[in-house]
Amino acid sequence: MSDKRFRLSHGTLQLLLSAGALLIMLGAIFHVQPNAMSYFGFTLLFKLSMPLVLAALAQMMLILLGDIDLSNGAFVGMVTCITAVWLDPSPGVAVIAYLAAIAAFVAMGWFTHARELPSIIVTLGASFIWLGIAITVLPSPGGTVPGWLTGFTGWRPPLLPMPIWVALIAAAVSQWFLMHTSFGTLLRATGGNARAVQKAGWSLSRLRIAIYAMAGGLMVASGVLLSGIITSGDPNVAPSYTLLTIGAVIVGGGAFVGGRVSPIGTVLGALTLSLAGSFLSFMHVPATWQIGAQGAILFLVLAGRVIVDRRKLA
Amino acid sequence: MSALTRLAPWTYGFIAAVAILIIMMVASGVGSLGSVLSTALIFGAISVVVATGQMFVIATGPGNIDLSVPAVLTLSAYAAMTAAAASGGSALVGLVVALGTGMIAGTLNYGAILALRLPPIIATLAWSFVFQSVAFNFGGEATLKPPAALAAFTSFRLAGVQIMPICIMGLTAVAALTLTRGVWGRRALAVGQSEAAAHFAGIRVKRVRLVSYVLCGGAAGLAGYLLAGFTGGAALNMGDTYLMEAIAIVALGGTSIAGGQANAVGIWGAALFFNLMGTMLNTFQFQAGMRFIIMGALIIAIVAIVPKPKVR
Amino acid sequence: MQQVANMPVGEMGAKAPLFLAGRGLSKSYGAVKALSDTDFHLATGEVVGLIGHNGAGKSTLINVLAGVVARSGGIFEVLGRDAGDWSANLARENGLRCVFQELSLCPNLSATENTRLLHPALKGFGWKQRARKTIQSALDTVFPDSGIDVDRPVGELSLGERQMIEIARGFSVTDSPVRAIILDEPTSSLGAEATRQFLEQVSRASEDGISVILVTHRLGEILAVAHRVVTMKDGLVISDQFNDGLSRSELVAVMGDLEPETRERRDAVVRDVPVFSHSSGLGDHDIELHQGEIVGLAGLDGHGQRERLRAVFDAARVSGLPVAFVAGDRVSEGLFPLWSIRDNLTIRSLSALSRGGLVSNEAADRLTQSWFERLKVRAPGIATPLLSLSGGNQQKVLFARALASDARLIVLDDPMRGVDVGTKHEVYALIRNEAETGRSFLWYSTETEEFENCDRLHVFREGRSETILDGERIEPNAILEASFGGLYV
Repeated sequence: MSDKRFRLSHGTLQLLLSAGALLIMLGAIFHVQPNAMSYFGFTLLFKLSMPLVLAALAQMMLILLGDIDLSNGAFVGMVTCITAVWLDPSPGVAVIAYLAAIAAFVAMGWFTHARELPSIIVTLGASFIWLGIAITVLPSPGGTVPGWLTGFTGWRPPLLPMPIWVALIAAAVSQWFLMHTSFGTLLRATGGNARAVQKAGWSLSRLRIAIYAMAGGLMVASGVLLSGIITSGDPNVAPSYTLLTIGAVIVGGGAFVGGRVSPIGTVLGALTLSLAGSFLSFMHVPATWQIGAQGAILFLVLAGRVIVDRRKLA
Repeated sequence: MSALTRLAPWTYGFIAAVAILIIMMVASGVGSLGSVLSTALIFGAISVVVATGQMFVIATGPGNIDLSVPAVLTLSAYAAMTAAAASGGSALVGLVVALGTGMIAGTLNYGAILALRLPPIIATLAWSFVFQSVAFNFGGEATLKPPAALAAFTSFRLAGVQIMPICIMGLTAVAALTLTRGVWGRRALAVGQSEAAAHFAGIRVKRVRLVSYVLCGGAAGLAGYLLAGFTGGAALNMGDTYLMEAIAIVALGGTSIAGGQANAVGIWGAALFFNLMGTMLNTFQFQAGMRFIIMGALIIAIVAIVPKPKVR
Repeated sequence: MQQVANMPVGEMGAKAPLFLAGRGLSKSYGAVKALSDTDFHLATGEVVGLIGHNGAGKSTLINVLAGVVARSGGIFEVLGRDAGDWSANLARENGLRCVFQELSLCPNLSATENTRLLHPALKGFGWKQRARKTIQSALDTVFPDSGIDVDRPVGELSLGERQMIEIARGFSVTDSPVRAIILDEPTSSLGAEATRQFLEQVSRASEDGISVILVTHRLGEILAVAHRVVTMKDGLVISDQFNDGLSRSELVAVMGDLEPETRERRDAVVRDVPVFSHSSGLGDHDIELHQGEIVGLAGLDGHGQRERLRAVFDAARVSGLPVAFVAGDRVSEGLFPLWSIRDNLTIRSLSALSRGGLVSNEAADRLTQSWFERLKVRAPGIATPLLSLSGGNQQKVLFARALASDARLIVLDDPMRGVDVGTKHEVYALIRNEAETGRSFLWYSTETEEFENCDRLHVFREGRSETILDGERIEPNAILEASFGGLYV
């Protein structure tokens, strides 16, 4: 009873866990390469995390509903192609294409729920469609992106490196929106007990459409940032996003059932998983083992999660 | 039963396959049909092996799926070719190593699901990273040649009839019997319909699921072995096309993605359909992008159209 | 209060205006009539107690009144106007609230956030502070000193605390007033003090002009606060009485049970060494099962009987004792919905039916056919899909699954829920017969009269087996007394 006030909540423990994994990897990197501990070093280490953070938040929105998005990577890839083809010469077309992409994503979500289909299969099928559209728009990697976009992704803002700013702002905004606004509360309620939401008189399909639209918007933003970083478009640029985003949500304390997700945790998870790549290079892990070691890191972090869960049960 | 009034879900694939054959016959004449069908049978047989394994996993209930199949397939092929070469070109050693590798991978998959309480999607994807890496270290970019006996077997014809697909049909018959009358098969379908009901009916749910993942790994291993024999060796990315397609084949073959209902025979119809579809899109010279879009739309349409088993 | 009770509410020339009135309300699910041609009315400030057995139609009636289920027929008026197509939304706008039996809170949200679900007005800047104040003041009014943390996810709270939040949320007010509230078994997980506070709240609300429908099995609560008691049976209202000096026994008599079927106590029980014995580790009574013994688990809903039953099943399974389970929650724990009667019945006996790893079709058919006939399952044949059978016949198949197996111990999880009376009596006889042959039964039930069939009874309170009754001491009043600890009986 008396320690109730001092006991860390389960969610906080999960956050500490992913933050811990992040710090351990950073510590190891700085130990091997002290120069990395600088504004420039951080920028390099986390550069690729910017789009991943946004894509992971998109994945989180679907997992909130109990769905899953296996088309995340293909969708982001499609957005980079749209960006590389149209954003520079005709921004208007690009914006229309972005909106159409979001609309298509929402339509997919609506269809899934209206026909009560397994989201795992529908998003698998959709990933082919996104990939096909991407290849049609931009058959081989290339294209150009506007100077302002590369300028933005390469910008060196004051105080903190750009990727850190992006992560902080994304975490703060999404945490505030989902956990503290009244609308965000409704969205979480939909994931937690859809029947109760319906009994209280709300329209479930509207809430679901809102969630899918937000996920689509986040993925568009992710794709635009990604094409700014790689200064081109590539249909196959982000296939690993599907696993990394799901991994980020789970590492960050989310669960596939019951509307339990954590925006801050997801951002931390995305940072952890994107740092894993740099970490392995710094540790001189041979190139051929790097993918495997990423899988191993994922298992290690998730194993920590199980220990946290055990503590909760005890 | 009274299935005459309504078509059973597993027949859809066969009907669609026949429809494509007719379209192609009209478009390019009867002459080309023989070679088209024989190619579809060979590649279809490989898809059938992979999809049958995936079917066992999917049948054990919602959320169960093995996304490590492509990596396991590739890894098994590499391991098998390496072992066969080391043992002086023994096809049998290769087969045993391929099956063994696949089954160990299946055990590791379910072990992670259970020990780390992970959703199967995450556990099998993470393992697939590891398997991919191991395969990469086996052979790098090089292609490992198959033993002569295996290469001969996969392309062997008796009186003009390919033997390999016939053998796979035999395996399909065994899988079908397992589902309808095998003790494990009945239990797997029970677990897939309701985990709780299965538990209270005295079924050891975890053991049943473990077997399904092991079978799936073994099937991926066998497919890798045969594919290496047929295409002239193990190569990186050889398994890549066997993930999404296999899952779609399972669904079109009459297996419920929600679990509890599976059909081994229907997989043949769906596999032939998908391979003929690919050939047709090639023949009609569709752009690569368009081909992907059509495939994706088809997969979604299939899950939407194939009648779901009625559960109130 | 006495004054209100004596008012001839709802009858011709009523003094209090009617909040709602329904005439000829009915609701059918397929061929099943869950509610047939029922009249019901509720005056402002009136407290109506709604009683009846499980499956009597109470839930259907309140779901129709709440707009959650669309009625199939009948006229329905709210505040004197025709309600037309009544819906949950309209109900909310008219000030009608519901506290449902199956909890309708989102477990991932806090009490504060759950309050927001019910109040569209709680939005915009500072909504959380307002929501917190709303629920906190409702909690303070209904359950002073409950000490519930309104910012913790309700999934982390105890069942009782969740029920308190649900009740308080039902009475919470923001922009529009509460006019009426429907409470379905609201006290099933509440302790004695909280129950008393709840009943006080109902009386207070009634004095403020709020109408209340209280559905509960705890007749003492109804006698304490209701002005009028409506009894339902088989989808019909069979009695409508004013509560001026009604007694418990009168209500029990109206509900139409307790035909004390004088049954001979069996002495087939072999009382030397128990077939199985299970200790909870909580220091309460061990559950011992002897050969041929029928042991019951009684108590109020949600007091740990089900959990204990499952623990016994799992422990017996691990110990290697052949054990079978008959689920009462057929849909989620019993039947395999895609399968025929035969496949459902034989799943527990596959090993015994198989030769060389393959199940013998003939053996499976023979086993199924014999039990199909013995239990008089009404179906065209053993290949019929199980789902096409009526609930009672589905349940018979689940019984047959357990009885056809090699089990020495059979665990019954409230298996007669929603089963018709005829089937019940057939199955009771069957259980007694099987016990005579030396099988042991562990039986959890929510229907007190079923315990007449038991040789021994564990009565649960707050998760522990607190009382053991056996032989002649197994009778409804003793069971109720032990379950409540003497409260409101």
